[in-house]
Amino acid sequence: MPDFSISNPIHASIIAIFGLLLVSSIIVFFIRRKDEKDEHKELADRVKSWWFMITIFSLAILTSPVVSVIFFGLISFLAFKEFISIIPLRRADRSVLFWAYLTIPLQYVLVYMGWYGLFIVFIPVWVFFLLPFRLIISGQTDGFLKSVTAISWGLMITVFAISHAAMLMKFPATEASIAGGVGLIMFMAILNQGNDVAQYVWGKLFGKHKILPKISPKKTWEGFMGGALTTMIGAAILAPFLTPFSFIFSLLAGLMIACAGFIGDVTFSALKRDLKIKDAGSLIPGHGGILDRIDSLSLTAPLFFHLVRFFYY
Amino acid sequence: MNVLRLIFYALLVRPFLIVFLGLNTRNLDRLKIRDGAHLIAANHNSHLDAMVLMSLFKLKDIHRVKLVAAKDYFCRNALSTWFSLNIIGIVPIDRKGESDDPLKPVMKALEDGYTVVIFPEGSRGEPEKRQPLKYGITKILEAKPEITITPVFMHGLGKALPRGEGLFVPFICEINVGEELSWAGERSQLISSLEAVFDALEQEMEPKEWL
Repeated sequence: MPDFSISNPIHASIIAIFGLLLVSSIIVFFIRRKDEKDEHKELADRVKSWWFMITIFSLAILTSPVVSVIFFGLISFLAFKEFISIIPLRRADRSVLFWAYLTIPLQYVLVYMGWYGLFIVFIPVWVFFLLPFRLIISGQTDGFLKSVTAISWGLMITVFAISHAAMLMKFPATEASIAGGVGLIMFMAILNQGNDVAQYVWGKLFGKHKILPKISPKKTWEGFMGGALTTMIGAAILAPFLTPFSFIFSLLAGLMIACAGFIGDVTFSALKRDLKIKDAGSLIPGHGGILDRIDSLSLTAPLFFHLVRFFYY
Repeated sequence: MNVLRLIFYALLVRPFLIVFLGLNTRNLDRLKIRDGAHLIAANHNSHLDAMVLMSLFKLKDIHRVKLVAAKDYFCRNALSTWFSLNIIGIVPIDRKGESDDPLKPVMKALEDGYTVVIFPEGSRGEPEKRQPLKYGITKILEAKPEITITPVFMHGLGKALPRGEGLFVPFICEINVGEELSWAGERSQLISSLEAVFDALEQEMEPKEWL
């Protein structure tokens, strides 16, 4: 690990996040002191979980590229496990699931090698055709379509999509941006997760007009707009330190992260509503499962990756 | 030996279960060590059941818990016998009828004040299909009517590693703990109330069955 210093933009932004977290913890502390019925336990749990998540994320990012890749691989693994545990499958699918799990280390080895050509086709082309074939070998045609589509979609969203976040690391540092790929990961992660929080806070404070009442009754136009605006301002502030983006491009990136985050979020809301569950798991106190935390990242990561790749690398 | 046992559960079993399975628990506060002997009755789907149940206890309590397990399976040679008795912490019972009183070791463990985990269905049946409860558990209660029972229902382990399959596939498993039951003086009544509690626990967590 290189020496920790404030002049390093990555280190400075980690310090800033911990500063924000400290402020949130203090605010929550005062909210809870006044609140006699203890209605804000979930909020307190949530902030406490943020401490854990941000600490783990910071260590994963700072230690070494291998650790960062393993970290994202583990997220994919836990997310895929949650996914197959909440969807209805057949006993015959067990053998296919075993192979589906094996795609996770393979995909992340490709990330580590920086082998973009295979990384981008491995799951959408190879796995997409070979998994159904493995399913055929097990010989049960009842429910074939349901299983194939569910497992393929799950792999796309939890493994293929999330691995793009790790692949950002492979963008080298340039004169325009000394933070390089790690800076891009920080930029995206801060704004993506920050956008979730900002949408929630704006929605709580001013939320009135529902966007998609049938899918996510708590999502409002006020929350979405406030969140998007906050994220765009955040993007403009962070971009000079962490990215090679111009001012205009950073605003667009912020807007894109806010929209993609929203779409990812409501996509999983629809899935959970279909399955008649509230949370995908219980791994993270106050948040639910890991899928509930990374739902907004699932669409943001590939879109942001390709946006950067197209315009800057 | 207690140290080895603690290391086994704290450093091997728990991390493995948390990463490769994931335990989604409900009403875990109902699972606690009593002052004296206590019974935990759980449904049985997989080889992993015993490990999962042990992991639900706090580490400081693990030395007070024993698992009832089949002697012919867990004590096949000197090494597996030593490991099963001292590290896993089983109470071996003889299923083959070689001893006059197969429940004797269970009684002994209860007299020593242990919390004993028992699978009233007997051997694992078809995965995730409940077997009718056997009367073994009622014999224990008849002899020791003061002991209470905590029912535990588990789902998902039979998906991760069902009987007769060597392929382990990670699945999150659901666990639900019921309220304490006590002996009302009649065998069939205990069996039916246990069945009813298992039904209720299963319904409450709405498990995803295989299609």
